[in-house]
Amino acid sequence: MILEPGTRVRVKADWPETRGPCHIRTPHYLRGETGLVLRHLGDFPNPEELAFGRPAQCLPLYHVRFDQPSLWREGAAGDELLVEIYGNWLEAE
Amino acid sequence: MNLLEADSGRLLAAIRSLLAEKRIAGPGEIAERIRITDGGTPAQGARMVARAWIDPQYRALMLADGAKAAEALDIPMRGAPPLGVLEDTESLHHLVVCTLCSCYPRAVLGYPPFWFKSVAYRARAVRDPRGLLAEFGTTLPAKVRLRVVDSTADYRWMVLPLRPAGTEGWDEARLAALVREGDMIGVTIPAAAS
Repeated sequence: MILEPGTRVRVKADWPETRGPCHIRTPHYLRGETGLVLRHLGDFPNPEELAFGRPAQCLPLYHVRFDQPSLWREGAAGDELLVEIYGNWLEAE
Repeated sequence: MNLLEADSGRLLAAIRSLLAEKRIAGPGEIAERIRITDGGTPAQGARMVARAWIDPQYRALMLADGAKAAEALDIPMRGAPPLGVLEDTESLHHLVVCTLCSCYPRAVLGYPPFWFKSVAYRARAVRDPRGLLAEFGTTLPAKVRLRVVDSTADYRWMVLPLRPAGTEGWDEARLAALVREGDMIGVTIPAAAS
């Protein structure tokens, strides 16, 4: 299933790095945060597997927008962050 | 052997010979790739920006598919990741960072400036972007929304800045000459020299 633009999503509050060696493209500062899908950027092989030379499933990659001041509790109202996040890290709100 | 303490020249020679032996990449292919990588410079991206400023059709192509737009100007994109182009408007300014490491649109901008990979730039671009911009001498009007693009995955991103006032009637080469590296990262804004 592909998430539609405008879908509210939460980035999983998951920390695989506490369980062993891993390669993650989801920045720490976004784990557990809520954003809005702006668009589906295409499907790409999962870098978490590619990094270890393992067979990699293609995952949907999304551009997700976050409110910048609410992430840090500082900053200018209306400013935002736009970040590429793979579908396996997103849960629809 | 501790690889971190090994002589880098010897390591490189060993990897090159392994690549050739396993028929993954021969010396010719490696030389060609180095030539292409060294050919990426901010002047390439500047040519794209200048063309987009004067040619609406090219601008539409660039926003839809940056790699195709680069190839249309004979910039080699084979093997490069998809290129996304972020269009600044009167009410929206883009700033590009890679907080995880160093993703950068090398095919069109060349090697990143030294500060792009620094921990300070990466941290501050997402946490205090307007403070960071001020240190580059860039002050956005309050009505302009700032969108920080954290480049974390398969795309590479460049900014298509606004054409500066005072450049009416300029030809493409003159426009391209005023576009700087930082203008396409979003830390600065192009201006016509007074």
